[in-house]
Amino acid sequence: MTFLSVSDLQVSFSTEDGTVKAVDGVSFNVERGKTLAIVGESGSGKSVTSQAIMALHTGRGTTVTGRIELDGIDIVTASEEKLRSMRGNEMAMIFQDPFSSLHPFYKIGSQLAEAVHAHHKVSKKEAKAEALRMLNKVGISNPEQRLEDYPHQLSGGMRQRVMIAMALINGPELLIADEPTTALDVTVQAQILELLAELQAEFNTAIILITHDLGIVADMADEIVVMYGGRIVEKAGLHDLFYKPQMPYTVGLLSSVPRLDSAGNRLLSIGGQPPSLINLPTGCVFNPRCAAKNPEIAPRCESERPDLREVGENQFVRCHLDDEQREKFATTRLEEVFGGE
Amino acid sequence: MVSDQEILKVTDLYKKFPITKGALLKKEVGSVNAVNGINLTLNESETLGLVGESGCGKSTAGRAILRLLEPTSGKVEFEGTDITTLSRGEMVPMRSRMQMIFQDPFSSLNPRHTVGSIIGAPYEVQGIKPAGGVKNAVRETMERVGLNPEHFNRYPNEFSGGQRQRIGIARAVTLRPKFIVCDEPVSALDVSIQAQVINLLQDLQDEFGIAYLFVAHDLSVVRQISDRVAVMYLGHIVEQASRDDLYTHPYHPYTHALLSAVPVPDPKVEAQRERIVLRGDLPSPINLPSGCVFSTRCWQAQDKCHTDVPELQDMGNGHKVACHFPIMEFLGNSLIIGPDSGMTEQPDRVVPPPSEVLQSLQGGRATRPKGIDYAEGEEPI
Repeated sequence: MTFLSVSDLQVSFSTEDGTVKAVDGVSFNVERGKTLAIVGESGSGKSVTSQAIMALHTGRGTTVTGRIELDGIDIVTASEEKLRSMRGNEMAMIFQDPFSSLHPFYKIGSQLAEAVHAHHKVSKKEAKAEALRMLNKVGISNPEQRLEDYPHQLSGGMRQRVMIAMALINGPELLIADEPTTALDVTVQAQILELLAELQAEFNTAIILITHDLGIVADMADEIVVMYGGRIVEKAGLHDLFYKPQMPYTVGLLSSVPRLDSAGNRLLSIGGQPPSLINLPTGCVFNPRCAAKNPEIAPRCESERPDLREVGENQFVRCHLDDEQREKFATTRLEEVFGGE
Repeated sequence: MVSDQEILKVTDLYKKFPITKGALLKKEVGSVNAVNGINLTLNESETLGLVGESGCGKSTAGRAILRLLEPTSGKVEFEGTDITTLSRGEMVPMRSRMQMIFQDPFSSLNPRHTVGSIIGAPYEVQGIKPAGGVKNAVRETMERVGLNPEHFNRYPNEFSGGQRQRIGIARAVTLRPKFIVCDEPVSALDVSIQAQVINLLQDLQDEFGIAYLFVAHDLSVVRQISDRVAVMYLGHIVEQASRDDLYTHPYHPYTHALLSAVPVPDPKVEAQRERIVLRGDLPSPINLPSGCVFSTRCWQAQDKCHTDVPELQDMGNGHKVACHFPIMEFLGNSLIIGPDSGMTEQPDRVVPPPSEVLQSLQGGRATRPKGIDYAEGEEPI
């Protein structure tokens, strides 16, 4: 059975300027021990999707519809009590900013112990022992001493390790990492990614990794969902996405990112700006910026919303272009930047 | 086209921030050593990438070079004039020739000024009256950086992050300066917008012959835009070379570690790579380690490294490194690749270091040791 299955997820917020459909019809599955990467720019709906899985959209004016099934339990309709018992226990989340996600007034040790107490009836001593074990696991030196530290006494990398320790302390089966390394330096990022991969192998955790960095995706993901304007525009396995990208947007991303191992060819940027969710373009949401649009197909791109359709084994794309046109576009673009790789 | 004309020369630049104690007498009890004696040169139309992790002093260096922060000591010669000795009044006309682009496109623009007045401000400050009027000149600059000139009277909050960064760039190039310090100009932008801004900066350089000091932490971006690259660690330049030399043949262990840590958007390559994971955290810039600043985290540090400060020495071709035991291994396509990939064997070195230099190095180690980890029991500081 599928471990996590999200189907037709819709999240909208009503604001003064009108209703914002932040996530529109998102569906995907994640299995235990696998990593799904959600890639997208700001405003693409990637974080909103992950927050919906944690059932964090409780504010007024927020509507969440669709099904999110975690191990057979529907999160959208579950009671708050049930959700509270699941959060931190069966599913946990690591946030981008390790500076603001720890409470500044409490010691690391008591924050970690609290996470244990919330879900298990254990003595203080046992909770502390558990906290110590987790700090050890995430590679913090002098864990006994660190338990007595306040968050401000730790460096950014260490705080992120504490966050990971806290998220994993109850052995959740689903871990959502929302840009877990964006605030960190590259060498620290390498440490954290390595740690996540090790812990995943040990606990068989399913990870949803939200990021804008295609390098991290190439390193960590098994399957990838590319989001744009609140929709999934491409869904594919790791190698298919990087070597056989279908959606012109994905191709655009791949050819606009400077790479460590290639120098100097001019980047092919995607023109224009990401769309405003209040005022989405008609037709394909990507069409105003699409470089693959040709006069022949343009009227269709500009008027008709494309469906997500299967174009290869487990590869889906939301684009009106036919197979041949998409492939031609992808090959010429990538060749232009990377010289025939 | 990089010319031979040297435009900027930084000699022995120091910037220390004093730590004081006491309310009245402000006794100095120590200092944060942000920049510790760096030397740089920059030619006309050249881009020098200054990379390093947060806290390495790269931004402070950029600001001290422009005298936005007063350097503690050292010389900054711009077009032959040592600007560190100029008075405030004398600095004003210099500023029309040297500019800055900031990281954060949100806080670097005054929200109460229109775009037109932000971009036109340099004319007013410098008392320059362009032919055809300020308004026309501003519109022209706006058009040049890809902004709609009709948005002249709009306020910054009406623009997206990428467009705001264009406003910041327009302001910097208004007076057609010869030198711009770009402090992380693309790190706050979305991926698809980053490429637009990088391309724009390159076009402006080609058109106006601007030299950039490009301060950034993203090594991929730096490789894309730079002609030469300097790597900073704890306020020191530990390695400096032309772009391709630095990325294909780094000598300093820290550069190796940095390069190995950057993920590459290519799954097959990623699967083969070996990552050098540095243990421990950056030492405090208040108490710098003795000897080599990197010695506390270096996996091949020996006794000498903890006591003797390595000088920046030329390994040939202008490739300078500050290390007692530089790594001699050639990295080929700039990637640190695992031992089993069959790609570690590389034919010829692109930059054969002069044999004299090699011999003068005491027991210069030929290869990078495998299994990059701290020795058991060694506690990183």
